[in-house]
Amino acid sequence: MKVATRRFDALIVGAGGAGMRASLQLSAAGLTVAVLSKVFPTRSHTVAAQGGIGASLGNMSEDSWLWHMYDTVKGSDWLGDQDAIEYMCRMAPEVVYELEHFGMPFDRNPDGTIYQRPFGGHSANFGEKAVRRACAAADRTGHAMLHTLYQQNVRVRTHFFVEWMALDLIHDAEGHVIGVTALDMETGEVVALEAKATLLATGGAGRIFAASTNAFINTGDGLGMAARAGVPLEDMEFWQFHPTGVAGAGVLITEAVRGEGGILLNCNGERFMERYAPNLKDLASRDVVSRSMDQEIKEGRGCGPHKDYVLLKLDHLGPDVIMKRLPSIREIAIKFANVDPIKEPIPVVPTIHYMMGGIPTNIHGQVVAPKDGDPNAVVEGLYAIGECACVSVHGANRLGTNSLLDLLVFGRAAGDFIIGRNLAALGHRALPPDAADLSLSRLARLDAATSGERVADVGNELRRTMQSHCGVFRNETLLAEGVAKVRELEARASRTAIDDKSRTFNTARVEALELDNLVEVAKATIVSALARHESRGAQARSDYPNRDDENWLKHTLWHREGNRLDYKPVQLKPLTVESFPPKARTY
Amino acid sequence: MKFRIYRYDPEKDAKPRLQNYDVALDPHDRMLLDALIRVKAVDDSLAFRRSCREGVCGSDAMNINGKNGLACVTNLKSLKEPVELRPLPGLPVIRDLIVDMSQFFKQYHSVRPYLVNDAAPPERERLQSPAEREELDGLYECILCACCSTACPSFWWNPDKFVGPAGLLWAYRFIADSRDRDLDLRLDNLEDPYRLFRCHTIMNCVDVCPKGLNPTLAIEKIKDLMVKRTV
Repeated sequence: MKVATRRFDALIVGAGGAGMRASLQLSAAGLTVAVLSKVFPTRSHTVAAQGGIGASLGNMSEDSWLWHMYDTVKGSDWLGDQDAIEYMCRMAPEVVYELEHFGMPFDRNPDGTIYQRPFGGHSANFGEKAVRRACAAADRTGHAMLHTLYQQNVRVRTHFFVEWMALDLIHDAEGHVIGVTALDMETGEVVALEAKATLLATGGAGRIFAASTNAFINTGDGLGMAARAGVPLEDMEFWQFHPTGVAGAGVLITEAVRGEGGILLNCNGERFMERYAPNLKDLASRDVVSRSMDQEIKEGRGCGPHKDYVLLKLDHLGPDVIMKRLPSIREIAIKFANVDPIKEPIPVVPTIHYMMGGIPTNIHGQVVAPKDGDPNAVVEGLYAIGECACVSVHGANRLGTNSLLDLLVFGRAAGDFIIGRNLAALGHRALPPDAADLSLSRLARLDAATSGERVADVGNELRRTMQSHCGVFRNETLLAEGVAKVRELEARASRTAIDDKSRTFNTARVEALELDNLVEVAKATIVSALARHESRGAQARSDYPNRDDENWLKHTLWHREGNRLDYKPVQLKPLTVESFPPKARTY
Repeated sequence: MKFRIYRYDPEKDAKPRLQNYDVALDPHDRMLLDALIRVKAVDDSLAFRRSCREGVCGSDAMNINGKNGLACVTNLKSLKEPVELRPLPGLPVIRDLIVDMSQFFKQYHSVRPYLVNDAAPPERERLQSPAEREELDGLYECILCACCSTACPSFWWNPDKFVGPAGLLWAYRFIADSRDRDLDLRLDNLEDPYRLFRCHTIMNCVDVCPKGLNPTLAIEKIKDLMVKRTV
């Protein structure tokens, strides 16, 4: 069946920090660029990032990119690729200065330089002591950054398709990706968008879990698209629990609270992190802090009537620091926890926050997949950046502030790499006649179904299943049961029906299409988690409590076809410096 | 809990109507958005925008019992039943609670909402004192939800000519930035009987802003600068 087509040099799916950093580069270079987004660009989830952007500016304490690199490798529990980590940490100061030049309203020091605060897992001199590395705009760093990037895109006149949902990748017989099919949400029309470079920047998928800091839009659309097109997903078992989500509400309380001096307390009023991480204490990396909190709760030292949360105390910082550096946190605590943190501590629990895995790429953002014995063969025409990608700089556990940095560094790198390919001189590859068939059949099924499973029911059951079977502590039995349940839910998701048959802004249809993507991400996550018989970073197996470098220092690749796994080596060799070999990880 | 919600689907409805809903809430449901999701679970045809559910993305602005606000940070306990929900006033309705925000964004874009400084940037950051940076507080936090502009009678009457409180707040955010070098052009751009001067300090914008910002004050400061440069 025929659909309308439109052509661009480059097509970016997703208008968060990564997508808009890339589009800025491409538009400024004069390419015709289209950016698709399910929401108006400033509503993308980057807007919710709070604490800061990691870069070794050294404005407030001595720092070096090599220390940042070491912390990132260690934070990743050695699963991160050291070439990509070196690249990111070296580039960090440059992309932060650039963002400042774009107009980013960073907080300032008395000497006029960018204000930096300490953050979890970031240290000076290879783990010696905490360092001020997080470049911050109060506790609204993501908001300030996303708006700044949108504003720069307004300046260079980037073309946005606002409230368009990408449905499926289009590729030709040789496997080149040549664009996407997309749904114009306002009109219900499906269009094939052709491009010489297709860049996925669709963010995370935290909505596969019941308790998540993530926005409703974080449904892993790019991952679902990649999986349906036969691209494997890498290291999907690694999901970060942020230590401090508001208990019961899931809303994020930034690590900057602890960076500014806030501490975690159990029901005895004890600062328990001193026992688990004697050196960095409350500023140990997130996986360590989350597991410690869960341990406290499990051993009966949680707070509240059900002893099911711990307390984040910050009143000792004083109203001035709270009002100046953490104003949004105060707002959130008052609205979502009924406490004013100037006077009382905030009840918090570890909450799903970030997906370390994603679509495998190299440092140029090119998507790579195993082919003819090469584990990293380039998938022509396809790129991925930001949370939906796995380059891999975060490995088994991401450090706070490295996500915004990842967006800037690899958004720009992918943009520059695509510019270098001289797309203007290339023609468009021929669009296969069946280019839109998969998407149209998915929509036709929804249009035709008069009865079936309700999307909300299946989605909620999927979220509950992932929460209880693939949480902070995992084991063989729980995971195996979870895999079976997710497979059942996959079958149910293929039988959904919606009552709303309108073409105009049909959000029920969008949610049904998103469910397909959530299912792919959930499968990849739990199947990968079951197979990995070790504990590393965010994956904690009670039946395999130790890290096992001999057998498991390798990246997982999940293939949708056959629900199959294979593995590829971790890149332990950096670009220019000596490797940081794996060692025991303590904070 | 009882709701009366504005419904309009251009494919089915000749004109808008109000539909009654009575939905059972869970004890954990705290905000209006939680209740709207309950409504959508029983009637999937109800269309509304939402994303972050914590008041920072600006998606779920709507008219709640007569006052503009964000559903995700409006506590259910603060609402009188039946809760009447309508789309933001003054903008064309696409469907149900979803309005066409093109005019709003067009006005935002018209103030050239980006830093202008053609001088070659230094190798490091441009320096800015904490006091200079403080000038941006109360401005840069805007989330473009449009609660303010769609509560403003001047914007209702002249959405094509009056920039509106949100756009003017952003205009002043760049005027106030010590790094910006475009003051004259920025003021020229607003020197117009409509673009700036249609603000009659009704201050509905201040009353409804979910972030507690004060567009009227920003508008007054622009007017002061206009006066200063003529004397």
